[in-house]
Amino acid sequence: MSTKAFRPDVDAPKYKGGYSPYDILKEGTIAICVVLALTLVLAILFGSPDEHAITIKTWSNAAPIDFATTAASELDGSSVTGSYGAPYNTASSGQQMGPLQIEKWVGVRIPINTVNDFVVDPLKSLPNEPTLDQNLATWSAASAATRSAWLKNFTNAEPKMTFSAGNLVTTASAAGPVPVMIESLTKMAQSGALDQALVTGSGFYTTDFTKPLLFISDGAYLSDLASKQHLTGDQWGMMNETGSYPGQAWLWLYSFWYQIPPFNTSANADILILGIMAVLSLGLLFLPFIPGLRSVPRKTKVYRLIWREHYQNTEKV
Amino acid sequence: MSTSEIDRQWTTRLRKRVEGKLPPEKMLPDTQPTYVASWIYVFGVATLSSLIVVIGTGCILALRGPYWWHGSAYGHFVNSLHLWSVELFFFTMVVHLWGKFFMAAWRGGRSLTWMTGCVTFFASIGAGFTGYVSQTNFDSQWISTQAKDGINSGGVGAYFNPLNLGQMLMWHIVLLPLAAVVLTGLHVLMVRVKGVVPPFDKDAEVGE
Repeated sequence: MSTKAFRPDVDAPKYKGGYSPYDILKEGTIAICVVLALTLVLAILFGSPDEHAITIKTWSNAAPIDFATTAASELDGSSVTGSYGAPYNTASSGQQMGPLQIEKWVGVRIPINTVNDFVVDPLKSLPNEPTLDQNLATWSAASAATRSAWLKNFTNAEPKMTFSAGNLVTTASAAGPVPVMIESLTKMAQSGALDQALVTGSGFYTTDFTKPLLFISDGAYLSDLASKQHLTGDQWGMMNETGSYPGQAWLWLYSFWYQIPPFNTSANADILILGIMAVLSLGLLFLPFIPGLRSVPRKTKVYRLIWREHYQNTEKV
Repeated sequence: MSTSEIDRQWTTRLRKRVEGKLPPEKMLPDTQPTYVASWIYVFGVATLSSLIVVIGTGCILALRGPYWWHGSAYGHFVNSLHLWSVELFFFTMVVHLWGKFFMAAWRGGRSLTWMTGCVTFFASIGAGFTGYVSQTNFDSQWISTQAKDGINSGGVGAYFNPLNLGQMLMWHIVLLPLAAVVLTGLHVLMVRVKGVVPPFDKDAEVGE
């Protein structure tokens, strides 16, 4: 009869040593009490951050120029959302990893038309605005080429654009209805009505903030605030949180890749890093079956520290 | 009804299987091998204890809804307890994971125990992330708008949208905690069935 050879990284030796008393319930109870006490101490000493959410109202009042230029970029489709691709629209093929274009293959599942969803439809909801209604009618009747020419003229004059007593002041000529639309949207935003219009667009009961969050993130205001709070991608991004708190420190490896070449300059960084992390996660999951890697613990001998007492006793014997 | 008919019942077969695999002395042991005398073993039970505190504090937050803690000093304190129990949970879990790695704790037919532990770790990362984007404050706005690009790049954002508060909150308070608790339960049962992995023995010729 042949016996299977002992594989030290797969098989565990038959334990022939002694046993000591062990009160599992007592240990569990003590552990819960200690963790609870530690949690209480940390919560009392450090609390937790709660920086208020920004609204489109706060953004448009604090930075009306940024808001107005963002609104114009939503109209001409040049904003981040307008040119994003799937799952919001077909403006771009999205990121790719070699031949893989997963974003594009999944397609548009959360349709966002920045022109209508962010600008035209909210403006249409404003009551008793005859001048605006007339300008919206002009916009609707115009061809794509005409709209594009108006927006080009408007955006060319943006560096000199100002707000005076709440009114938009622009040097743009031949911009059609665009100045009136942008001014009206800014006033709507400053009153808080645009926040409501963007969330209630899909019904009375809603918990979906996709549209206002995309709109806000298209502007510079949100990222300027985030930069001050050390939250941008090159500052270890989303693993941090406001204030001096540990945040999601367990995402350090994910954030790490964004800090180094070629990922910190790659247009496909997100999909490449997602791919790397997927491979590493699968490696961790299937570690027991990967020759070489599963031998690392035995070869590094860190286990001798962990079972120091055991080896001291057995080697004495 | 004959004895053999009773023996063939699903219920009887399951009971016998459980009795064979997990007798009471294994489920609630009163002794342990002497090699389990190391500080590293504390981190497994500490992870489990932190999970209990995380769920307890999360349940208190759930009582009053997602916005309550912004306007209540008591609510904010419970949020702080929730946050720090989560930090302790991840800290102890990561130390536990490294400890188990250096013990090669998958040996002796324990690979499924290792794998359920890893999947629990992944589910917990998802639970932590959905918690951060459900806070309804500046952090959730920033984290969700940044994370969407990574999630969208893999085609997942179409079905798991970090900008949709309702969806994220449901994942955070129902689906992912359920996954974490079920997986943790399975993980602990497997540890009880197989026992704690014995130390390396360079002279070993026979396995468990």
